[in-house]
Amino acid sequence: MAVIAEPVTKPVSRFHFMLDRREVLETILVAPAIIYVLLLVGLPLLLAVYYSVSAYTIYNPTWRFVGLANFEQIIQNPTFIQTLVNTFIFTFGSQLLGLLLGKFGAFLLLRPFPGRKFVRALIILPFAVPVALATIAWQWMFDSLYSVINWTLIAASILTREEAPNWLGNPYLAMLCVVIINAWRFFPFAIVIFLAGITAIPQDIIDAATVDGAGFWRRNYQIILPMILPIIAIGLIFGIVFTFTDLSIVFLLTQGGPVGATSVLGFAGFQTGIVSGDVSHGAAISLFMLPVLLVVVILMLRFIRRREI
Amino acid sequence: MPRTVTRSLREVAFFTAVAFFVILAAFPFYWMLITAFKPNSDLYNVTNIPFWFNEPPTLDHVIYLFKETLFARWLLNSLIIGVCVVIITLVTAVPAGYALARMTSRKGEALGIAIFLTYLVPPTLLFLPLSRIIAELGLQNSMWSLVLVYPTFTIPFCSWLLMGFFKALPVEIEEAAIVDGCSLFGAFIKMAIPLSLPAILTVVIFTFTLTLQEFVYALTFVSSSSQKPITLGVSTDLIRGDVFFWGEIMAGALIAAIPVAIAYNLFLDRFISGITGGAVK
Repeated sequence: MAVIAEPVTKPVSRFHFMLDRREVLETILVAPAIIYVLLLVGLPLLLAVYYSVSAYTIYNPTWRFVGLANFEQIIQNPTFIQTLVNTFIFTFGSQLLGLLLGKFGAFLLLRPFPGRKFVRALIILPFAVPVALATIAWQWMFDSLYSVINWTLIAASILTREEAPNWLGNPYLAMLCVVIINAWRFFPFAIVIFLAGITAIPQDIIDAATVDGAGFWRRNYQIILPMILPIIAIGLIFGIVFTFTDLSIVFLLTQGGPVGATSVLGFAGFQTGIVSGDVSHGAAISLFMLPVLLVVVILMLRFIRRREI
Repeated sequence: MPRTVTRSLREVAFFTAVAFFVILAAFPFYWMLITAFKPNSDLYNVTNIPFWFNEPPTLDHVIYLFKETLFARWLLNSLIIGVCVVIITLVTAVPAGYALARMTSRKGEALGIAIFLTYLVPPTLLFLPLSRIIAELGLQNSMWSLVLVYPTFTIPFCSWLLMGFFKALPVEIEEAAIVDGCSLFGAFIKMAIPLSLPAILTVVIFTFTLTLQEFVYALTFVSSSSQKPITLGVSTDLIRGDVFFWGEIMAGALIAAIPVAIAYNLFLDRFISGITGGAVK
């Protein structure tokens, strides 16, 4: 008789029992995403660090440890120092210009006017369209012979045909072009971020300030700006990360030239690691991005935490 | 009437500024459009006014693109890559976003932020080791390498986006289903997923546009023309030696850019609230 009383545990029901425990189910649901990211982001990141202290090339895939020799060789190379400086100019120049344009543009779009939706849709374009495609459109506009910009300047008698600049052939102008294109690409993003921040401020706070006698500038810089600062910071962090590590604009527009004048970290890492096959030096060059990224991550964490409070 | 004068001056200044922004943002695309449909004799004549058609517009560049280049193949490649990446992303990010949203402990929040931060690890830091991994897997020079790699940035982004959405979904709905005899997993499948279809649609659109916009991985892993996605093909493959086929390049860029631009405009607000982590309500 005891046989009847014995519970029958089928494997299926045990499986269901496991799935009905909340923490088990949650772990199972989150696991695929975590494993994917660990295998294809975490592991490569560790590999990149290891390559940078080894003598690995695609022609001689050795794991021989060479310590910091790769980094020493890179730092002693004057063109690398220029690349590093270029990366900072490129990043902060374009972000500053983008922010200025963004602030001003958001200020305009805040006011309702007929066709505002359409105007917004047009202004978003530079951020929406794949950057590689937008870059080649700019390359055509900066063409040495058929540049529409030069044509306009000549037609407006600002320049003569002999004085017309070769935008991508002059080191300073090439850098300017790269910065302008990146600022152009990011300013719609800045506008949207500013707009999102400003419209999130409750109107009664601004009304209260107006009643208390705060004028236009005070309202803008002592009430609105501090309130939207966290969201602007998050937007700026994104801009910095994606600009500091960018490769596509420089690759397509100037190939780092003329004579290295627009070479940036991402491009230099690509040239050394992929094109020349010197994986270890390429990885070491790319790793120079890491300190900046770490600072950015720490700032990001602080802003996320502040948002929760 | 000095007041009406200052007011109309203000209006003029305002709309001039708006016009400046519109021209700044949209001119390169107008330039793409006009270049794509201009005959070469018009395009390469410096004495013509470049801003409009001096000769009747032509479809030659578009026809050349489809007949003489691999453009149609690139479109197809991008479509295949996009669909595969969308499937991988949905299968992994929807459950992950749900689990992260429902985790009651601080662990869930920390895990969510950790996953999101991997979105910030740039391709230019990972492409060297990833290219070795892809070579080991025998996927070099194949578009399937991109199917494998693109989820590394779509999964973190979409998990984060979906986590925010599932958090806003009242847990009582699922609890009611469980009381009615649904299992915990059943509540997720039968209640949470159908209710989050708008968020899932957003994720589908964004994953697809992110794969279309990507350039660095495609450039690094794929070099044979027939395997290239559209963005890479148009920007690197329409140049023969030193000769740029500007009409064809601009036509190709335009065709590839239009769907992305439309999708972005429709879903922009969700994208922004995604990356700002719901700081904007």
